[in-house]
Amino acid sequence: MTEMSISREDWSLHRKGYTDQARHQEKIKEAIRDRLRELIHDESVILSDGQKVVKIPVHALDEVRFRYNERKREHVGQGDGGSRPGDVLGTTGDEDGSGQGGGPGELPGMDIEEVAVSLEDIEEALFRGWSLPHLERKEEAKQESETDVFNDVRKKGLMSNLDKKRTILNALRRSAHPAGTHRFQISPDDLRFKTWQQEEREEMQAVIIAMMDTSGSMGKYEKELARAFFFWMRRFLKRYYEQAEIVYIAHHTEAKEVSEEHFFSRGESGGTVVSSAYRLALELTETRYSPQRFNIYPFHFTDGDNVTQDNPTALKLFTELIARSNLAGYAEVSPYARKSSLWQTLEKIPKERFKQVMVRDKTDLLPALEAFFLSSETHKVG
Amino acid sequence: MQRYDGSERRALERAIGEISEIARGFGLDFFPMRYEIVPADVMVAIGSYGMPSRFTHWHFGKAFQRMKLSYDLGLSKIYELVINTDPCYAFLYEGNALLQNKLIVAHVLAHSDFFKNNVYFSGTNRQMMESMANSAERIRHYERIYGMKQVEAFLDAVLSIQEHIDPYSRAREDGFAWEVEERPFEATLIQEKSISRDAHDSALTFGKYATGQGSGRYADLWALDARLTEDEGGAMGEGAARQEVRPGRNKSGRGEGDDRAKADRTSARRFPPEDEKDVLLFILRYSTVLEPWQRDVMTIVHDEMRYFWPQIETKIMNEGWATYWHQRIMRALDLSEAETIEYAKMNAQVTAPSRTSVNPYLLGLKIFEAIEQAYDNPTEEQMRRFGMKKGEGREKIFEVREIENDVSFLRNYLTDDVIRHLDLYVFAEEKDAWRITTKDIEKVRDALIRARTNGGYPTIVVRDGDFGRRGELLLSHIYDGTELDTRYIEKTLPYVHYLWGRPVHLETVLEGGAVRFSYNTERGEVTKEKIG
Repeated sequence: MTEMSISREDWSLHRKGYTDQARHQEKIKEAIRDRLRELIHDESVILSDGQKVVKIPVHALDEVRFRYNERKREHVGQGDGGSRPGDVLGTTGDEDGSGQGGGPGELPGMDIEEVAVSLEDIEEALFRGWSLPHLERKEEAKQESETDVFNDVRKKGLMSNLDKKRTILNALRRSAHPAGTHRFQISPDDLRFKTWQQEEREEMQAVIIAMMDTSGSMGKYEKELARAFFFWMRRFLKRYYEQAEIVYIAHHTEAKEVSEEHFFSRGESGGTVVSSAYRLALELTETRYSPQRFNIYPFHFTDGDNVTQDNPTALKLFTELIARSNLAGYAEVSPYARKSSLWQTLEKIPKERFKQVMVRDKTDLLPALEAFFLSSETHKVG
Repeated sequence: MQRYDGSERRALERAIGEISEIARGFGLDFFPMRYEIVPADVMVAIGSYGMPSRFTHWHFGKAFQRMKLSYDLGLSKIYELVINTDPCYAFLYEGNALLQNKLIVAHVLAHSDFFKNNVYFSGTNRQMMESMANSAERIRHYERIYGMKQVEAFLDAVLSIQEHIDPYSRAREDGFAWEVEERPFEATLIQEKSISRDAHDSALTFGKYATGQGSGRYADLWALDARLTEDEGGAMGEGAARQEVRPGRNKSGRGEGDDRAKADRTSARRFPPEDEKDVLLFILRYSTVLEPWQRDVMTIVHDEMRYFWPQIETKIMNEGWATYWHQRIMRALDLSEAETIEYAKMNAQVTAPSRTSVNPYLLGLKIFEAIEQAYDNPTEEQMRRFGMKKGEGREKIFEVREIENDVSFLRNYLTDDVIRHLDLYVFAEEKDAWRITTKDIEKVRDALIRARTNGGYPTIVVRDGDFGRRGELLLSHIYDGTELDTRYIEKTLPYVHYLWGRPVHLETVLEGGAVRFSYNTERGEVTKEKIG
């Protein structure tokens, strides 16, 4: 009679929704990678301390087409009978067109993807292919700490270590038994306790010796660059070491160890004697951060403006420093990529454990970081 | 899995049988129906792809993710999913209660009737599910040969212009009308009659956009227009035809120094002879950089867009029609008290109004009801002058569902009463907020019609396929008062360039003045200049 049928085919082959969704996710990651250059010197990322999730508009993921400017278009809506001209339906928000209204996506012109990006997302994209050259096990670093690891459950133990979930589960299981009382009660037999074992862990430690020229010629902008650079350097080292410390050495004609705040904020006038910083760094590796216990990463940010007579001393000291380090770096901030005499002096150092990079502006930050950590040995310098 | 194999399945079958009988009794004329019971994620997948068998692309993955999330969070439910094919497929979520299924069946039967009888669907391929499956297989094949990335990149480009087709022309199969006509370039013809170029231009543009006709199929009519102009000594030339700001074209005849004007003076031949609405097909046929597989992919996208277009263009009518009928059918069913209340809740959700958009289910329903009401009770004058009789409302709405699309539906039947009753208003951005700007009946109607014109997409045409006689592509946006989003122009033109292989341009209007955006690979960025 009626021309109809009901069927229940196996539609499980139609899973392409999930594969295309995965492809879309992959595109988001690509978009993050494409924007790395900007993202890594974004203040909201650097100062987020790993807590905040950054929302970035990812235009690359829009479906590209010719479309109307929704903000210059007339739309039609429906009231409840009492609407009047001038009534406000929602605010239009910022320039990006991503306004806030009655609800997400309700008002026109909000199709721009805002992807919430966590620090981990950026790290995942940034650290792809990075490695830590010359990572070494330090002999004396072993048995540095003993850690208590809760990895067992027993029937006896300290009441403060009671495993409540397991205890309740056991009680439930017992009372549900057909022969049981059907009344929920926790008997002493149900109690479960977490217990621990002591583990000896190898503690790997690293220290970044951040050296920066704080003479007058290093402005706020240069310092921001340095801050972003050290931020990512430290985040990366934390992947390999439980402890990745940073010590800050500020120098002009003489060097001193300073706080982070001081390091990035205050500028001082006067000439520059670079060897003073190298000398202090060397001292630190002899006293506090011995190479037997620490992986050492000295890095120097400067505009290269050094007293010429000091250059031979600087070379000598830096070479010594490198001998005690895993990897050392020298970044020269110069808007015109003009190599200073200090750069030319340091160029004589073998490149095996030493990287020299030129940073013109903030877009050079990524290449600079990559020069340091990207595993491929061929990268352009300068 | 076993859920529909037992008594529940029999109950559903019985209900469908009964509902179909009632629907037929009302005069609905639908395709044979295939009801598929599917899990939620398959439902969402079909919803986001538009068809179960469609090719894969991340666009759909994005839609899928969005819909799935909204579904999982309980923010939205896909009530009905029906495919315009013969037999007609309707998808029912396996978790639906029987009552929900009854409502959906009643609703989709009316959709099926609409697909089968509305004139705009008369040309659609009813075997599209199989066609799309074949297309998807071909695209998979290309992916294997040329690599996923390359096919994806190409699809990104093609999909960026997929709306710019001429949905009802047979040009995909037969070629453009102007290609096959004996005298392909009537511009030559008219020039022989020594009409001034100005007059000719105006006559063409005027005739074309005043009626919204796009192809050369009615070229003889425009030729009549031209002859008329000739008779009037070119009186239409300056004034009447130029009511709107239209980029480029108006002034080109006078040659104010732009490249094309110079070119126009040296040769009367235009390519294409008239603005060509089917941008996708034009590029497909005339681009010199496309590989055969790429042309095939473009053909696939073109066919699929042509298939979806009537649905885009009849959204309000189609949903209104289905809502009208599910209400009538559900009332005719013998529902228990609890079922009646449950049904009323679902119906209220479907027809819920929105402050910031128009609910097509509600608007369409109200218009159909208003038509029925008006034709059931004609005035004395209507009976005397037009011979209308009482009680012809039902008959009339069947006629309307056959011959209208959203634009004509709104223009002809959206009455002042309906606008007032639904409390419709126009809103726009004003002083950093979305505000109601007017409740003027005419303005509301105009805004609604504009929003539905060309499926809601801006109208873009190929104005010159040999711009500056350098083989460059000049597109033109037919400006109707709403500007384009320039950020998207800047992103889309490089895609068009990728397809065309030579520099591309787009004329449009910004801040009241004609501008031209251009993209070529040497510059590597989209540039903008004022023209005219």
